[in-house]
Amino acid sequence: MIRLEYRDIAMRFSDANGGGVTAIEGVSFSVDDGEVVALIGPSGCGKSTLLNIGSGLYAPSSGQAFVDGDPVLGPNAHVAFMLQKDLLLPWRTIAENVMLGVEIQRHSRSECLRRAQELLRSFSLSDFVDHYPHQLSGGMRQRVALARTLAVDPSVLLLDEPFSAVDAQTRIVLQRELAQALKRTKKTALLITHDLLEAVILSDRVLVMSRRPGHIVDEIAIEIGDRDDPFRRRQDGKVSGYVSRLMERLEIGHSGTDQQASSKVA
Amino acid sequence: MTPDRNTLIRRGSAASVVLLVIFLAAWEWGPGLVGIPSFIVPPVSMVFEEFVRMLSVNHLLFHTGITAAEVLVGFALGSLLGAFFGYVLGISPVAEFALSPYILALQIAPKVAFAPLFILWMGFTVYPKILVAILIVFFPVMVNVLTAIRGIDPDLINLARSFTASRAQIFWKIEFPSSMPPMFASLRIGATLAVVGVVVGELVGGNSGLGYLLTFGEGQANTPMVFVCILMLTLIGGIAYVAVIAIEQRVLHYMPARPLGGL
Repeated sequence: MIRLEYRDIAMRFSDANGGGVTAIEGVSFSVDDGEVVALIGPSGCGKSTLLNIGSGLYAPSSGQAFVDGDPVLGPNAHVAFMLQKDLLLPWRTIAENVMLGVEIQRHSRSECLRRAQELLRSFSLSDFVDHYPHQLSGGMRQRVALARTLAVDPSVLLLDEPFSAVDAQTRIVLQRELAQALKRTKKTALLITHDLLEAVILSDRVLVMSRRPGHIVDEIAIEIGDRDDPFRRRQDGKVSGYVSRLMERLEIGHSGTDQQASSKVA
Repeated sequence: MTPDRNTLIRRGSAASVVLLVIFLAAWEWGPGLVGIPSFIVPPVSMVFEEFVRMLSVNHLLFHTGITAAEVLVGFALGSLLGAFFGYVLGISPVAEFALSPYILALQIAPKVAFAPLFILWMGFTVYPKILVAILIVFFPVMVNVLTAIRGIDPDLINLARSFTASRAQIFWKIEFPSSMPPMFASLRIGATLAVVGVVVGELVGGNSGLGYLLTFGEGQANTPMVFVCILMLTLIGGIAYVAVIAIEQRVLHYMPARPLGGL
């Protein structure tokens, strides 16, 4: 069963000079139920735009996104997103932050609290329920943001570089927590990342986007087991093969490549 | 090595008390030592005697009460109006675009210059004083609220929208709480500005309030009386300021602790 589908999406923005910029063009792909798909591509290729279209925040210039078979016509309760910024509200406690989405969707107070407590327990944050965001480390805050995303019980999670703002060691821990949470809740996810290794170890499939105007240039199925155990996947012999293929597709390491893409991998 | 918070408070308070004693002593005996006559700078004891005399003879407490009430009402209404317009302009770019030239003009105009006009309109009552205070408090509050709303991370708004938040929910759950810290910063300024507005109104015309007593003392060349009025006005401003901080600390309790309560 298809959870998320992009059908022939194009997005054009008008720039300051009155001209137009085509950010993405002819993008079609779908994500099956319970599948985790990673999306990689050079900076500015329109990955985040795709995510915003999927969450209903932007309407595409042409084409249509579908979630659970229904066209996405605006923000809806089937989709929830998470960004690299934790976006926690400083005046809300950790539990209240997790409750934000459920509260907006008008669930009863006791139901909101129950979900928040349950999720925080699964992320080992029970001791911080009544703390405020500034009292938590960056990694903990990002876990709270993930709990807030899961609290609304969406069909599809859209994750836009969720761990690029935390340090390398915390990232490894958070990757495992995400992988386990996705497995446990059987959620479908679209993960945008700059980190090629992260794309390989967290997903079932990696889509590669070209430079602007962005379109899908390659699709790689990751044939390694244990998707809920990125630690083990890291050790797998096939990983380096996938990463080199991704580097090749992104033209990293070739002469005249864009500096930014190379530095991201280094 | 930096001292811990308690040591800082203890040492700081001790130094403040020492400074107060030095200041009072300098006030009492300093002018005499350098030959300044007491009708220019009356010693602190003379000002205190005048304070006691004014309590019974000049209804000092009555006039202080009038001024304090005008400050309170002017500050409250000015803040509410300022916050209201700040939110309206912050939420509606069209309203901001249309109204900003007029608001800018009104902001540049010296608010105290309106005092004689208001007295022409409303006579020697408390209303013109309150109106000057409203006008003077309005702008800093409005500008801070507007800037706060404008400065909210668009991703935060998008997050709420992606959870299918209504416009009202975005306002009450994101925009309104986000505006609280800058709003309180402007209320602190407003609390002191309200006193300025009220006093100017009282100086220009009327027969009550500390501003009136100021001009009365001036007319009689009663320097100690002028000093008493200045001190009472400072006291009103100080109480207003501390009251704002007390409310701020209750509302913004989630903020990381600042040394000395962020005075």
